[in-house]
Amino acid sequence: MSTTAELLKGAAELFPGEVVTQAHVRHFDLPLNAGRFALVTLDNGLDHTKPTTFGPQSLANLNAAIDQVEKEAADGDIVGVGITGKPFIFAVGADLKGVELLKRHEDALAIGKGGHEVFKRLSKLAVPTFAYYNGAAMGGGVEVGLHCTYRTVSASLPAFSLPEVFLGLVPGWGGCTLLPNLIGADKAVSVIIENSLNQNKQLKGKQVYELGIADALFEGADFLEQSLIWTASVLKGDIVVERPVIDRGEAWDQAVAKGRFIADGKVHGAAPAAYRALDIIAAAKNGDLQQGYDAEDQALADLIMGGELRAGIYAFNLVQKRGKRPAGAPDKNLARPVTKVGVVGAGLMASQLALLFLRRLEVPVVLTDIDQERIDKGVGYVHAEIDKLLAKGRVNQDKANRLKALVSGVLDKAEGFADADFVIEAVFEEMSVKQKVFAEVEAVAPAHAILATNTSSLSVTEMASKLKHPERVVGFHFFNPVAVLPLLEIVRGETTDDASLATAFAVAKKLKKTAVLVKDAPAFVVNRILTRFMGEIQNVIDEGTPVEVAEKAVEPLGLPMSPLVLLELVGPAIGLHVSETLNRAFPERFTVSPNLKAVVEAGKRGFYVYDSGKPELDPEVAALLKQGDTVLTEEQVRARVLDAVAQEIGLMLEEGVVAEAQDIDLCLITGAGWPFHLGGITPYLDREGVSERVTGKRFLEPGVASVPA
Amino acid sequence: MPRTVRDVVFVDGVRTPFGKAGPKGIYHETRADDLVVKAIRELLRRNPGLDPKKIDEVAIAATTQIGDQGLTIGRTAGILAGLPTSVPGYSIDRMCAGALTAVTTTAGSIAFGAYDAVIAGGVEHMGRHPMGEGVDPNPRFVSEKLVDESALFMGMTAENLHDRYPHITKQRADEYAVRSQEKAAKAYANGKIQQDLVPISVRRTNPEAGETGWGLVTADEPMRPGTTLENLANLKTPFRVHGRVTAGNAAGLNDGATASIIASEDFARENGLPVKMRLVSYAFAGVEPEVMGYGPIPATEKALAKAGLSISDIGLFEINEAFAVQVLALLDHYGIADDDERVNQYGGAIAFGHPLASSGVRLMTQLARQFEEQPQVRYGLTTMCVGFGMGATVIWENPHFEGDK
Repeated sequence: MSTTAELLKGAAELFPGEVVTQAHVRHFDLPLNAGRFALVTLDNGLDHTKPTTFGPQSLANLNAAIDQVEKEAADGDIVGVGITGKPFIFAVGADLKGVELLKRHEDALAIGKGGHEVFKRLSKLAVPTFAYYNGAAMGGGVEVGLHCTYRTVSASLPAFSLPEVFLGLVPGWGGCTLLPNLIGADKAVSVIIENSLNQNKQLKGKQVYELGIADALFEGADFLEQSLIWTASVLKGDIVVERPVIDRGEAWDQAVAKGRFIADGKVHGAAPAAYRALDIIAAAKNGDLQQGYDAEDQALADLIMGGELRAGIYAFNLVQKRGKRPAGAPDKNLARPVTKVGVVGAGLMASQLALLFLRRLEVPVVLTDIDQERIDKGVGYVHAEIDKLLAKGRVNQDKANRLKALVSGVLDKAEGFADADFVIEAVFEEMSVKQKVFAEVEAVAPAHAILATNTSSLSVTEMASKLKHPERVVGFHFFNPVAVLPLLEIVRGETTDDASLATAFAVAKKLKKTAVLVKDAPAFVVNRILTRFMGEIQNVIDEGTPVEVAEKAVEPLGLPMSPLVLLELVGPAIGLHVSETLNRAFPERFTVSPNLKAVVEAGKRGFYVYDSGKPELDPEVAALLKQGDTVLTEEQVRARVLDAVAQEIGLMLEEGVVAEAQDIDLCLITGAGWPFHLGGITPYLDREGVSERVTGKRFLEPGVASVPA
Repeated sequence: MPRTVRDVVFVDGVRTPFGKAGPKGIYHETRADDLVVKAIRELLRRNPGLDPKKIDEVAIAATTQIGDQGLTIGRTAGILAGLPTSVPGYSIDRMCAGALTAVTTTAGSIAFGAYDAVIAGGVEHMGRHPMGEGVDPNPRFVSEKLVDESALFMGMTAENLHDRYPHITKQRADEYAVRSQEKAAKAYANGKIQQDLVPISVRRTNPEAGETGWGLVTADEPMRPGTTLENLANLKTPFRVHGRVTAGNAAGLNDGATASIIASEDFARENGLPVKMRLVSYAFAGVEPEVMGYGPIPATEKALAKAGLSISDIGLFEINEAFAVQVLALLDHYGIADDDERVNQYGGAIAFGHPLASSGVRLMTQLARQFEEQPQVRYGLTTMCVGFGMGATVIWENPHFEGDK
């Protein structure tokens, strides 16, 4: 038994639940009398919904396959070796479930080494090796191909990426080292850093070819046949693959610098993965592959044992799994069909909602408002947005015609809502107004119709309280911009029944939103935490800490934007309104900042001016600020803010606002864009000891979003 | 409106390697539509002069038109092959003569002026669609004795043909079969067959069938080179006790697909497409279903008569070898020797296999190659017997013909 086999055997014992990938070896004669060929097929025996991954046993299987073809190559029995995947899937990389189980640095190191030891054998066979990227290829899947002599890619390939940095790892089975040496540092940085940090952007087959990762591109219909004919031509010398010479001069350093700039812009130094990857790419300039592989092993092991990766995997699983099967949602069979939607209000929010329902449900959507002019404006907005989709090619003319015909506006609610199954209101945030609207809708809508409110902070129970059928009222809280942020907080009022709630979840699924069940509590989840967070920042500013110190204090978290820039995006007036609501509910914790009030009253839309290209405190705002004389350091501000957030989350979980801390994190990731490396926020609060300091205990058990005990 | 009948030509033809039907066959895990799609794509790659937009029809034959051979396979195959959606397609069924009928039917339309160029071919995956799958014969066939009960079982009809022609013995049939294997092996050795084969990638997940994973098929699976009379002598006669028809002197149950380009001669020349054969005439004829193997005789008579030719004008024969007895019946009818070198020069279906509705275009592709090699030959014919008592014959002229020298 070789050392590699022993290494993998040890690793396999730590991961008994691995879905094992087989490496089938099949022999045949190539076309054009090019000789006998061995093709390795990676296949986990499941259909395309369960993509092929590499755990330790899977790597051992590939290793054994390579043992076989290595001997055949040395004996002159074959002229080449290929590797491809099952239908629609090449391979999607390391099995993350196995990574989660690792507890010791040396075990993590073994995973990296194991992959390297197996994959690099593909570059050392006595015959050329060929990877045929037939379908989805990610991470280790991409890397196994990079070790081959040649690559072809299918034009139908839907997703190709090195997503490690997105999750909190580095492409550590050769990716960081081989890719820049194949296509140059600049393109490699785009794939490894930029795409990963750009919401894990995927490449299509054509781009893989254009980037120079693959040497040939073939259409999907007969991809493998054409790849093998091409292989035969290459082996016979009829086709000579030429690759551009890599610029190993200043361009390489500039590419790495560009990567650092991109990473800073996204994670602000708060997550180590991108920087570790860039260090390896920078070192790969000298072309010393083994040195690069060693650095990859170290980086992988360090990151696997670090909190950011564990939080990243936790966050990824929340979005991929919990986000698709919401905790606490009633039996989906209780849901009623929604064949027509009413929208009360024709303002910007209402119009955005109308557009979303229209596109996803493709049922009639009727807008109402208090006068025809507003209605016309609302319908006009939807039509204009459909035209934009048409211009971009996102919908064709027929679909545009269909969607436009489905949206209408009427003054008379009785006419518009008489056969609506789902009516959502997006009128002014004032309890009496909303109660009046619902009473009017109830008078004309069918008895089964769901009445949904897009309120961001008002009580759903109270809103329903004056209706004959309060059981059909649900909160349906979207996040702005509606088309971008996936989160939908579905609020169950005290009287809401299961059928209405099930219908709300069914609609959310069709809207392709990440639905989280939330109790009817002030400001629900995201706004409550963000308001507490912002409130604490405003408090320290009001008390005397300079604005820039307060802003910089939370930079190490790597949030998508600074607190005051976020406030600008939300709108200071709305921020003020929510803080007032929460102040009424919890005056001991939520304050209303007099300075914010002054800014709002002065009609300012934000704190900053951008004349210099960078945000600078608006002198007019500076003049309005009245600050005390308590000046805190960044560390002090950060501690105070995080303590406040931890306290609020602890209280929310006690109140039962959501089922578990996982739901809080899911909300913050999908509704506020809080980063994966924080795992939302509770893994970070646990990691930094904030949870225990404030609430006396962790939010999550060790191992859930951290290295297991 | 005055019309001019136009000359129709066979531009090019390709096929997949043929496989053995069944769980161990090479195509067991491959879809039928994928086979014909890959054949069409290869045809288009080989003929870049044919602008896909100018294809007027995709006529694809299949005997069992359900599942992956259903859904109007001519249309779906066109879309799957990447043809523009403006190119229409349809399905054809005349059992074994499906692809042949796809050629003649579209050829008729080309002559009439309805089309300029078409794709015509066929597919049969007898592993996925065994003969007789889903059939529901009208009980009147038997109750009113419209046909003998054996008519639905092709092997039995072949035994019936032996009964009709007692001088066609099992020995003669076996000798014919051995020659077919020999000629096929020789044609392979000389690279005659491979040049028109489309390599097909095949997946195997069942280890009992051989090495698993993806493989590539580049040769016909059913071939048994080196077959001897002794090998054949003791094979079972599954259709009749002490019968004459065996797996050795008949085509097997097979999977495969073919495709060809048929065009008006003017179109082919204007677009720089090859002209491999010129259509002279075609005919179909019916016979008693229980001796369907007799079908090629009246069909050939008819086609010769329409062409104003006699059998002595025919320099090359491509006869589908569903059963050796059926070939021998035709040869006897015309007094042609069993081993006449004009007949099935590359061997036939006994060696290569006979995926029912696809075979007609295989005959044409092989005849076209023989025309190229033999410019002294002016006319050739492709003929086949057809289930339920029919025969089909197409007579072709060799465009490379150099005159009587």
